[in-house]
Amino acid sequence: MRKPAFEPGLEKAAEAAERRRGFLLGLPAYVYLVVFFAVPFFIVFVTSFARRSATGATKYDEFSTSAYVKLLDPLVGTIVWRSFWIATITTAVCLLFAYPFAYYIATRRPAVRNALLVLVMIPFWSNFLVRTYAWRFILGSDGPLGTLTEAMGREPFRLLFTPAAILIGLVYGFLPFMVLPLYAAIERLDWRLVEAARDLYADGWTAFRKVTLPLTRSGIIAGSLLVFVPSFGAYVTPAILGGGKDLLLGSYIVTQFGQARNRPLGSALSIVIMAVMLVALMIRNRSGAEEI
Amino acid sequence: MKRWTILLLVLAMTAAACGGTDPADTTASAGGVGSDTTMAEATGIDACAPGETDGDLNFYNWAEYIDPDLITAFETESGISVEYTEYESNEQMLAQVEAGAAPYDLVVPSDYMVDTMLAEGLLVKLNKSALSNLGNLDPAFVNLPFDPTSDYSVPYQWGTTGIGINTATLGDVDPSWDLIFNPAVADQYEGRISMLDDPLEAMVAALHYLGYTLEEVIADNNLDAIAEAEAVLTEANARVAKYDSVNFGDDLVNGEVDIAHGWSGGFFFSFAEVDNPDDYAYIIPKEGGVRWVDNLAIPVTVEHPCSALAMIDFLLDAENGAQLTNWNYYGSPNQASEEFILPEILDDPAIYPTGDALENLEFIPQTGELGLELQDAFLRSKG
Repeated sequence: MRKPAFEPGLEKAAEAAERRRGFLLGLPAYVYLVVFFAVPFFIVFVTSFARRSATGATKYDEFSTSAYVKLLDPLVGTIVWRSFWIATITTAVCLLFAYPFAYYIATRRPAVRNALLVLVMIPFWSNFLVRTYAWRFILGSDGPLGTLTEAMGREPFRLLFTPAAILIGLVYGFLPFMVLPLYAAIERLDWRLVEAARDLYADGWTAFRKVTLPLTRSGIIAGSLLVFVPSFGAYVTPAILGGGKDLLLGSYIVTQFGQARNRPLGSALSIVIMAVMLVALMIRNRSGAEEI
Repeated sequence: MKRWTILLLVLAMTAAACGGTDPADTTASAGGVGSDTTMAEATGIDACAPGETDGDLNFYNWAEYIDPDLITAFETESGISVEYTEYESNEQMLAQVEAGAAPYDLVVPSDYMVDTMLAEGLLVKLNKSALSNLGNLDPAFVNLPFDPTSDYSVPYQWGTTGIGINTATLGDVDPSWDLIFNPAVADQYEGRISMLDDPLEAMVAALHYLGYTLEEVIADNNLDAIAEAEAVLTEANARVAKYDSVNFGDDLVNGEVDIAHGWSGGFFFSFAEVDNPDDYAYIIPKEGGVRWVDNLAIPVTVEHPCSALAMIDFLLDAENGAQLTNWNYYGSPNQASEEFILPEILDDPAIYPTGDALENLEFIPQTGELGLELQDAFLRSKG
């Protein structure tokens, strides 16, 4: 065996080969992105500038911005505002429940920690739709809550078909998405910094506020985004638990593609929401949050 | 800043995709749905003889809308097999046909949807010479407003939209929209009422409560009446527990609500499933409301037009038509079927209304430009 003589070209060739290999490895992902993201996105984008005929057909014969103009309708504003609030409250409640819980998990022995994490994941083993229908029973007048209040001689108490029911359903569904990033952030925390704070006479609360909280900020932001984004456009939970009373964005968009037969409006709304989410992600990047 | 690179890449690819596809392609494919006359020639439907089949039938029908035994009987009689799939709304079916999602040979659009599909050139003209049982139809169901010459559709079943009530808790009540809309009557049922999550159905109910019909509102372009109806619905919203077009019957018999706005057959179906069917009733409000007809029609996606015609003719048969009604409790447009329909169905005014209730019913007309306003009025009323 002879060592190859030093040749600058050899290194370059190796680099080029490496790049080619990289490209080939990434090819399935590129194809996936084009087929399942870029093309559908393009269709939605074009449709948002199409025209709705009187019978509801989508006509591509002229460029029309009427769908975007329609977004200024007070009705849309009300729906967006309501969805925004439901998503915000869901995120806040999730954070409130998940932080102490994630903190608890992260500070256990590794064996206990893994067991608790599995418990967080267990609900994912059954279908989301089935679990949401289970809530329908729990919150209905025949459910435990209704039976209890009825046994106490009062009108059966029913949460089903109220905004509170939507909120419960959303918090239930998205809580794990908050717990996991928070756990990851807290688990990575360098506890020596907290000890140092305590050594320097910070009380427990101050140490938490000035050291733990800022250092786990990435987890808070990641978790909040993972909860906020899907609850903002949630469709299934409000449809099943909300009784279709308080219209939210997800249902409104579905209506546009179904009964209303106004695909341009549904598409325009989807585009705007995507743009808003993109801005949210950019803010997340700017704030330096690390991986989930 | 790798993340930014990826993001930029994605955006660049999107831009590339935008540039790469000619929007004219989209236009071409959207406009590619041919006009119905050329379609009829292309499908060879005019060459079909009565009872002739030309391959397995792809039948796309509403959920729970045909006695499975009838399909088996047709398969035995014709020797072909039936690919049977179901949908839950007219719009769902329309989207499938528009997209050419499957080679449907036979679909069942409601009245206003026949209108829409005709306007969009999605229906094939029927070959009436292959329909030997066409004469069995009740003349009242021929040449209806949505298909003035009956060239594209054959009535399948008809029914009404009304109110299902829990008679055990409500007792004897006046059959009227007051139960939902009149504060003096309805306030005591707050939180015990459900309505169809369907803009046109809700608007027609409110309009009839106010003494209008949707037909005249559209003819007069009467925006004031729509505003009035919206106000009625807005006020009712506080009393309504939920809007649901699928579970209205079950919610009533499960006790979630005591008053439910819904389609006749849906209630009968739910009532038949419980131990105490006498505790529930379906009423047609005296002010009237929606009367609908679902129709057999052949969409442009057809591949086996003769088989589709054979199935239509089979269902037009007097006994088979009666079997449809005896199974799903909807009215039959088939006059010859009447002697085979169970007397308790024929004599039930909730299925076969008479007098004022029948007079005041209307078909949902094509809404045209007012359609979006009606949609929005309903959505606004929900808050």
